[in-house]
Amino acid sequence: MSGTYLGMPSFPEAARDAVRDVTLRGNLRRATHTIRDKRAGAVAELDDWGRLREAGKRIKDHTLRHLDRYLVQVEEAVTAAGGTVHWAADAAEANAIVTRLVQETGESEVVKVKSMATQETGLNEALEAHGIRAYETDLAELIVQLGKDRPSHLLVPAIHRNRGEIRDIFRSEMSEWGRPAPEGLTDTPAELAEAARLHLREKFLRARVGISGANFMVAETGTLVVVESEGNGRMCLTLPETLISVVGIEKVIPTWRDLEVFLQLLPRSSTAERMNPYTTMWTGTTDGDGPRAFHLVLLDNGRTDTLADEVGRQALRCIRCSACLNVCPVYERAGGHAYGSVYPGPIGAILSPQLRGTASAIDASLPYASSLCGACYDVCPVAIDIPEVLVHLREKVADQGGKGHRLERAAMRAATWLLDHPAALTAGERLASKTRKLHPERLPGPGARQWTNSRDLPDLPAEPFRDWWKKNRA
Amino acid sequence: MRVALFATCVNDALYPSTAVATVKVLERLGVEVDFPAEQTCCGQPQYNTGYRRATEPLVRRTARAFAGYDHVVTPSGSCVAMVRDNYPRIGAKALAEGRGRELSGAAASLVPKTYELTEFLVDVLGVTDVGAYFPHTVTYHPSCHGLRMLGLGDRPRRLLEAVRGLELVELPGAEECCGFGGTFAVKNADVSEAMGDDKIRNALSTDADVLCGADNSCLMHIGGMLRRQDAPLRALHLAEILASTEEEPLR
Amino acid sequence: MTPESSSRDRVLGRVRRALADAPEAPEITRDYRASHTPDDPATVLDLLHGNLADYRAGVQRSTRRDLPAVIGRLLAGHGAGSVVVPPGLPEAWLAASDTRRLPDDVPLTPAELDSADAVVTGCALAVAETGTVVLDAGPGQGRRALTLIPDLHICVVDVPGQVVASLPQALPRLDPTRPTTWISGPSATSDIELDRVEGVHGPRTLEVVLVVD
Repeated sequence: MSGTYLGMPSFPEAARDAVRDVTLRGNLRRATHTIRDKRAGAVAELDDWGRLREAGKRIKDHTLRHLDRYLVQVEEAVTAAGGTVHWAADAAEANAIVTRLVQETGESEVVKVKSMATQETGLNEALEAHGIRAYETDLAELIVQLGKDRPSHLLVPAIHRNRGEIRDIFRSEMSEWGRPAPEGLTDTPAELAEAARLHLREKFLRARVGISGANFMVAETGTLVVVESEGNGRMCLTLPETLISVVGIEKVIPTWRDLEVFLQLLPRSSTAERMNPYTTMWTGTTDGDGPRAFHLVLLDNGRTDTLADEVGRQALRCIRCSACLNVCPVYERAGGHAYGSVYPGPIGAILSPQLRGTASAIDASLPYASSLCGACYDVCPVAIDIPEVLVHLREKVADQGGKGHRLERAAMRAATWLLDHPAALTAGERLASKTRKLHPERLPGPGARQWTNSRDLPDLPAEPFRDWWKKNRA
Repeated sequence: MRVALFATCVNDALYPSTAVATVKVLERLGVEVDFPAEQTCCGQPQYNTGYRRATEPLVRRTARAFAGYDHVVTPSGSCVAMVRDNYPRIGAKALAEGRGRELSGAAASLVPKTYELTEFLVDVLGVTDVGAYFPHTVTYHPSCHGLRMLGLGDRPRRLLEAVRGLELVELPGAEECCGFGGTFAVKNADVSEAMGDDKIRNALSTDADVLCGADNSCLMHIGGMLRRQDAPLRALHLAEILASTEEEPLR
Repeated sequence: MTPESSSRDRVLGRVRRALADAPEAPEITRDYRASHTPDDPATVLDLLHGNLADYRAGVQRSTRRDLPAVIGRLLAGHGAGSVVVPPGLPEAWLAASDTRRLPDDVPLTPAELDSADAVVTGCALAVAETGTVVLDAGPGQGRRALTLIPDLHICVVDVPGQVVASLPQALPRLDPTRPTTWISGPSATSDIELDRVEGVHGPRTLEVVLVVD
């Protein structure tokens, strides 16, 4: 993935500052709680939600099981409809293909639909290095780009910003990029949205190249689908002469009919709407309507490694709705930046270490960034058992050893030995009980110190249960 | 009916009063309780921290300890979730690794007969009024494993509502995790603490005397924070409330 | 072999290796509902009306005879000085309006569309359960840009012929080879504090006219 995140500290370190940032915690709490309750209402409207979820899960699993066949099919269908298909094994290759395609148009600026795949590859920075300026047009992406910030949420990359901060960014930064913010701009969402409209409209009208991702691509028809709200997507997908879509290989679905499942699951899970305001579907190119040239770049970049893991591959079912972020108690307190990836939250904690491997400090710490409360699994519209994958990845991290884990392994083995020898265990429990008056309330040492920083230890009982049983019942 | 009590390691060593209370409630309802001494720990801490292989001896031991029983009852939702969700996974992985069927057999023997206490009372015994008396205001925190993995639903609430003298008050944000999460509380101490803070703020807003739960590991975390702050609220396991009677009230 | 074709082989090779030992996936189930709505045209129409309005579309019911007057009133009411006319729009629909017409028979430039106040179109389909109108660039709808740039979109739906209850009923009636736009209310965003506000880049006003005879 993008080099932007190289050298990120481990999750607990990165989260420490976020937890203490009162504004950030307030912003995240307000936003995630707003959407949480709405999602529950939108889902409750459909009494067959469980069956839709099961269908979505199975369609994705079936597709992944035959991914080679469906990728070839989508390639044939897109080509037959007038598009050109490119294959990118990794981020660098995807960026090189897109850069070359833009250069071939002779243009030096592009407009972009919000796209996770191009964030993952760091496309904007790659284009910049070749003198091509990429304008993000989604409101939240615009806020992030203008604020020289990083995204912190899949759907609402600027979720960590409140309206006042957004106003300040618009006032101070818009003039650098084009039309300045209107005089006297306030922090009402309607005015902020209007400022973005004015700022971007001139860019839309003159743009010759658009870049997007896609939510789905249909193998049988070669149709691509982009789901959005603001209309910036429609602008980028419709007005330019050349459209380049960078799409992860796991986004393919077999049939046109399958959309009836995902278009019910996705909007209700992501923005809690019965349907998002705009959905665009296109198949290759159409004379007199939309771009004259269409390029589809199929991106691997670690997805096939994920596919090879029998437990972890379920992460590739993800449709990027972000429901798991919005219910996650860890995400709510730590914020998206602590995850050191364009994929934050519970899904990020299982996706990033699979796409990138677990060699770095941040990636090795992500599988532990969860209390395993299971709220993410409950709301996932394609039933990704995120806690199961987290534990599976913890095993991989523990197996690779490294800092902390050798000691931990020894401690775990010792605990198991003790627990597998009840006589020794009982002796230990009795000793602890007999000396309980001597135990301090706060303990030194790794682990114990973290525990007793904020919590008292329970009083040790006069005797373990085993002894009570022996005296009173045995 | 004869059942085996799975006391769990946390209750054995730190909260024997919960295990004693479980024995008393079950006996009051005419159940014959055994405590097979071979039992220790289900292995959840090892498993959830990524040490699957270190868990395996405890899977074998737990299956062996309860081999002769039709019902295994435990006052810990998270240990039941470990048995129900993860023992089959451990067995399947061992099988896939060519290490035989012993562990999958162990899982298969335990899964259908292991019950969380409120499941056993409501589903197997068909009882919600266990004859308890506890004249206090109580708020209930449904721990994540009981809530989401076991789907305990309103069983604990129905049991509490039938307790004489008890006033049950709603806990705001009840379904949110308290921040314990086993080794999470240590590995991600700051986030864990922030989650715990919000949980106890919500609990204190109820003006209850007692925060009740069905999992002592969560209560150790919440209760430890409450005590550190000298809060006028104590954490207490559901079994101890159910064991309290007019003749022998819990103080 | 070009670098890209070798990447194709590499990616497909990796996919095949990753799946070498994978078990067959369970069969796809489709026991979800084909519709959540009673099969009664009046109920479906009321649901469409309610859901369109819920996402802040203006909704009018009109007879076929009154349609020109309704469109005229909407254009005048929003102060539209010019209206884009897609090829194939029935002449009669604009018969009662004196708003300046901008036919797209020779394609209008983006700047011309930007200076237009309104567009009137028909649609391919409307979906009641989601409050959606679907445009497929057919006659009377025009290319996608026409309903994107002007700030007022008036969309005419023929009831009951163009109305379905649900998504599973909608998809088989659409042609995947046509560029398709699904519209549910005016442009909106949830990007500020995850709370929905209407009106960003697309038309800020969507008026749907349900033609009921």
